[in-house]
Amino acid sequence: MDTANAIAPKIRDYLSRNFLFSDEGFHYGDDASFLEVGIIDSFGFLELVHFVEDEFGISVADHEFVPDNFDSVCKLSAFIIRKQGGGT
Amino acid sequence: MLVQEFLTHSATRLPRKVALVCDNRRLTFAELDAMTNRLGNALVDKGVRRGDRVAIYLRNSVEAAVGIFAALKAGGAFVLIDASTKPDKLRSILSQCRATALMADSRADAGELVDLLRGVPSLTCGVLCGPVGPDTDARLHLFDEIQIDSAATPLPSVNVDQDLACLVYTSGSTGEPRGVMCDHGNVDFASTSIMTYLENREDDIVLGVLPLSCSYGLYQLLMTVKFGGTLVLERSFVYPALILQRIQEERITGFPGVPAIFAILLQMDRSAFDLSSLRYITSAADALSPSHIRGLQDAFPGVSLYSMYGLTETARALYLPPSQLASRPDSVGIPIPGTEAWIEDEDGRRVGAEQTGELVVCGRHVMRGYWESPEATARRFRPGAVPGERLCHTGDLFRTDEEGHFYFVSRMDDIIKCRGEKVAPKEVEAVLHMLPGVTAAVVGVPDPIGGHAVKAFIVSRGDPLTESEVIAHCRAHLEDVKVPTYIEFRSELPMTPSGKVSRIGLT
Repeated sequence: MDTANAIAPKIRDYLSRNFLFSDEGFHYGDDASFLEVGIIDSFGFLELVHFVEDEFGISVADHEFVPDNFDSVCKLSAFIIRKQGGGT
Repeated sequence: MLVQEFLTHSATRLPRKVALVCDNRRLTFAELDAMTNRLGNALVDKGVRRGDRVAIYLRNSVEAAVGIFAALKAGGAFVLIDASTKPDKLRSILSQCRATALMADSRADAGELVDLLRGVPSLTCGVLCGPVGPDTDARLHLFDEIQIDSAATPLPSVNVDQDLACLVYTSGSTGEPRGVMCDHGNVDFASTSIMTYLENREDDIVLGVLPLSCSYGLYQLLMTVKFGGTLVLERSFVYPALILQRIQEERITGFPGVPAIFAILLQMDRSAFDLSSLRYITSAADALSPSHIRGLQDAFPGVSLYSMYGLTETARALYLPPSQLASRPDSVGIPIPGTEAWIEDEDGRRVGAEQTGELVVCGRHVMRGYWESPEATARRFRPGAVPGERLCHTGDLFRTDEEGHFYFVSRMDDIIKCRGEKVAPKEVEAVLHMLPGVTAAVVGVPDPIGGHAVKAFIVSRGDPLTESEVIAHCRAHLEDVKVPTYIEFRSELPMTPSGKVSRIGLT
């Protein structure tokens, strides 16, 4: 199980390596909407779901793949913690 | 009829009816009409004249819908540029069509928009949709301010129906952008023909998940406005569960999609959603497999399923009447109402049933050609038997059955269809060749969710490369759909006798 402090950096690192191709890291806020800001295009979301499932050992149900869970670093971290059944 | 009259006529007839649901807003025809007048007047004020190109670099949004009709009301032609287009290609399209005005949102922040205004000489006006940044320029205007300051008075009509209404950009065989010139008469004719076979009515509520930048997505807006229905315009199909929820909430009756979308929907648990409002589903852009057809029929009993074939150069060409689906599920049907189509062999002779040849399309929906590309135009758009008639040679191989129903066989060029979009292997290879010491060959391989996926075979003689480095490089230079899904490193690639890389045998 990961703590909130461990999850967000992994997501930021994944996004900057795979979507921003930037050496400067993830320069958006943790509240920035992936879709609105255009960090991830539509096909990229499928990869993001796979990454989350593999990296954090959770399974994402169809109805859970919604913006409330997936559209920013904050929302995604919170979702992963809930799925892992931990966190405060 | 002029395309902007789709809106003005519906606004006169149904002023208080909801025309557009988008971005948490519900706009009536009267409101949409007024917003387009405000922007249209502003565009004229900033120098847009009859025939000028107004580029719209926006995702599906209220601003994009308003921009389309505002450009027309100003007498211009709109040019939608897909929001995933990378900066280099955006600049090249703007320069190629010599756009006078550009609408963009905060993704292209004010700084980038200012750079474009300075870098593309034809641009005299930028309209920024979203918050303003620190950079500014006298030619840069804010959409929200225009909606407050500019007059909502109707604009005088300055067009005839032979004027261009839009350029719809598509990929040529080497991936170079080509603008299909569509005049008002073309768009009016195609819209009416499609509405006729879909039997659209004022109480239809259509779901727009396809990008307005593609012809299939664009016509959902144009037709819905024309027949006085409601368009529920979504950003994309990123969140499938959200789309099912929209169908339930908005009581959607018409759902236009592509096979890749339907493949995802069919894999989902849909039991929590009430989808009973659906009247019809349309599929185009890629072949709908018999298993998807059966799946959709089981999942949506009583819903009319239209399997169709189209290309940007004619908007739509063929459709299968739903009554024929059971007896010929692999056919894309017959020519759309008011048009004709046939199959020709290599010598230009019409062939009979069960013989394969190129599909040729004839009718008022055959567009005017490619913007400032006379050679490409001459290959695709050729004169017909009657003086003035234009035929579209589609570049796709078809056959017909004895009853005259058409069946897609294959493409004549090496374009890959990925999730309904055209990908030119040469364009992807050109990007890969930017990497030092790389030789690459790009092919389409079957995609698990239907259609094809892009696969790149790479020989690297320079510094060692990893798959993720290659993908990152492609992402920086290509739209998402063109980024290879699969990468395979090889020590060599097959060659033709003349020494060129051959794609034959690569899978």
